[in-house]
Amino acid sequence: MSAVVDKAGPMLEALDERLTLANYVKRNLRKVFPDHWTFMLGEVALYSFIILLLSGIYLSLFFKPSMTEVVYNGSYAPLKGLSMSEAYASTLDISFDIRGGLLLRQIHHWAAMLFVASMSIHVMRVFFTGAFRKPREINWSIGVGLLTMGFVEGFAGYSLPDDLLSGTGLRIAEGIMLSVPVVGTYIQFFVFGGEFPGDIFISRLYGVHILLLPGIILLLITAHLMIVWYQKHTQYPGKGRTNDNVVGYPVLPVYAAKAGGFFFVVFGITVLMAGFVTINPIWAYGPYTPDQITAGSQPDWYMGWLEGALRIMPNWETTAWGHTISWNVFIPGGLVMGLVLTAMAIYPMIEAKVTRGYKDQDHDLLDRPRNAPVRTGLGVMSLTFYILLWIGGGNDIIAKFFDLSINQITWTLRFAIFIVPPLAFVATKRACLGLQRKDRDKLLHGRETGTIIRLPDGEFTEVHAPLSEEEKAVILSKTDHIPLEAPAETDANGVALSKRKLKAARRTAHLSRWFYDDNIPKPTPEELAAAEAHILHGYEEGHLVTEHRDSLEPEGGVLHDPNAEPAEPSK
Amino acid sequence: MLLIVLAMLGVVYAAVGQATTADAATDTAATQAQVTAGHKLFQEGCSSCHGLGAQGTQNAPTLIGVGSAAADFQLSTGRMPLAVPGVQAPEKKIQYNDTQIAALAAFVASLSPGPQIPTAKDLDYAGADLALGGQIFRTNCTQCHNFAGAGGALSQGAYAPNLMSASPQEIYEAMLTGPENMPVFSDQTLTPSDKQAVIKFIENIRTEPNPGGWSLGSVGPVSEGLFVWIGGLLALIAAAVWIGAKVR
Repeated sequence: MSAVVDKAGPMLEALDERLTLANYVKRNLRKVFPDHWTFMLGEVALYSFIILLLSGIYLSLFFKPSMTEVVYNGSYAPLKGLSMSEAYASTLDISFDIRGGLLLRQIHHWAAMLFVASMSIHVMRVFFTGAFRKPREINWSIGVGLLTMGFVEGFAGYSLPDDLLSGTGLRIAEGIMLSVPVVGTYIQFFVFGGEFPGDIFISRLYGVHILLLPGIILLLITAHLMIVWYQKHTQYPGKGRTNDNVVGYPVLPVYAAKAGGFFFVVFGITVLMAGFVTINPIWAYGPYTPDQITAGSQPDWYMGWLEGALRIMPNWETTAWGHTISWNVFIPGGLVMGLVLTAMAIYPMIEAKVTRGYKDQDHDLLDRPRNAPVRTGLGVMSLTFYILLWIGGGNDIIAKFFDLSINQITWTLRFAIFIVPPLAFVATKRACLGLQRKDRDKLLHGRETGTIIRLPDGEFTEVHAPLSEEEKAVILSKTDHIPLEAPAETDANGVALSKRKLKAARRTAHLSRWFYDDNIPKPTPEELAAAEAHILHGYEEGHLVTEHRDSLEPEGGVLHDPNAEPAEPSK
Repeated sequence: MLLIVLAMLGVVYAAVGQATTADAATDTAATQAQVTAGHKLFQEGCSSCHGLGAQGTQNAPTLIGVGSAAADFQLSTGRMPLAVPGVQAPEKKIQYNDTQIAALAAFVASLSPGPQIPTAKDLDYAGADLALGGQIFRTNCTQCHNFAGAGGALSQGAYAPNLMSASPQEIYEAMLTGPENMPVFSDQTLTPSDKQAVIKFIENIRTEPNPGGWSLGSVGPVSEGLFVWIGGLLALIAAAVWIGAKVR
């Protein structure tokens, strides 16, 4: 060991004399990262992207992105002698005749599925904990960009082998291009270089898949990580954690070891899946010809909601001046995904606008989802919408496996897509407020111990224990937002606001009230001090708090009137 | 019972093997006794829906001209007799024994000429062209039965069944007679050798080892997506939680 140090020392010193990096490295190796398993979801996405790059390089050595017709003469008997595109034939060769080819193909595909899945679950974590708030709005939009690129890159990838399923997917993509009003046909001719499927598309798509999109994704990932590094990671609330510090472990040795190890866990699980579970059996689908189709033609899961939107859309078209506008394809295929992703990207701006004091502070301490009932509700609403579209996308498989009628599923979804998400919003918001109420209750009355005692006068009651400091800090991290007020018609100097400005401000105030009106305020310090003394006293004496609860609850609002007569304890 | 039937089959097979010329006669020509027995069974078990003269009623189609192949397919897969009228006759426990099915098929065939039960020669697919079978299968069958014959949904609750438990004879008869929603692939559309190729392809799906590992039901990307969320991502989250717990 010391020999290594003896030798490495002068070398590193020489390096430092030239690059003067020692201070920089020292500072950064000591950088502290907060620790929580949900902070590793984004890591899964990063690692699966690395796996994608590595396995993709191997596949690119053997894949031939060409639509030239060849006669297959490889070792898979059921397709021997058939004419097919070179792209499909080379994918068969990768699967059957190249050492390790099928394993690498399955690693590549499973990693792609995991890449988008882990990004999705990472974005959910960020959303529900409010990690997108100032100063991290830019990184949030980069994240939405990455998710979008992930969708497109994945689609491009599974469209390349030119098997029956990938051709079917491309046919749908072509249909969506055609449905764009006015310019649809031009787009389609530009992209495919003529009629579908043409003979140049696969080679064009190949460039997009292995160069353009990975390049963009790599760029975005780099920016994403540098910003995280620079802005420092958010942390969950807890004892000693504030908006101005980061509590966690330094990069070296703990965090680096953990992250490095986790890469191999992700790699290992991906290889296990690839080794044991089939994905995209292109040999079973057969080569693509436009006159064939298979039951169970679905896209990969992340395109499933787009497929679902297309499947449940009623068959609406308008014809005007000799042109047909296919709303039935354009709305679900062209608009839904775009609108949802745009709404996601701009959401932080909406919250910034309606939150009092948003601009004045950084939000490094994460929200507990219950403490932002409207945001959490909106999140669950969106997820419900998304999952319903998923169900629509798999309607035939669901019909088959649960003995249902595909038509009934479709019609149910046509209504459910408008009815169920709002219900999910209301239910989630109510649940959040209920949890807030429980938190307040815990602070004021302590934790339920499950110990029931009987008082001398015969009354049964439960002993409440004081909360731990940690638990208290977590609950007290809540911010009680006060909704924005509509401005007075004249400003401080008596100058009337313009009608337009007044209207806009009133709308914002209205939205702010919708966001923050329903709130269970956390106890004031005085209430807390009184309650604590009380709980502790009751706990130590071994009997309960006999005072009535109402006397400790806040004035007005959602809770009881504190001045109401406390009910007499039963005698 | 099964033993007796098997023993009888063995005897018949041996006899047929000895004299191949008798083959066609025993397979296709039904004896008058069979027709009479079949008529009796028909009146008991089928006529309430198909009518006393098998002419069909409001509830069931005519059987005149459907041939012995249709009767054999419906009865030997348990689809007929129907338990409950519905969108589609499901496969269920077979209600008649082989002799009874042969008798009923003979009776139906006696009503009017129609597609006949395929002979052993028809069903000999050993020499068929596997790749051609795949081509025909993908052109004509996959849109309902799925690329691996795993079946699929049709409209209004109907479905195309999974082919993995269908015998070569059932597949042949189904192509010949077009049961339920299935179109008829007559010998003019798909010649007997085409049909044999299709059977060979389906048999190949059934028997070939899956090079990729567990097939997840061969229903396409839906089960793959389900697996990546339930299997893959859950395993990774478990690992993340584990590592998070280890650090402390």
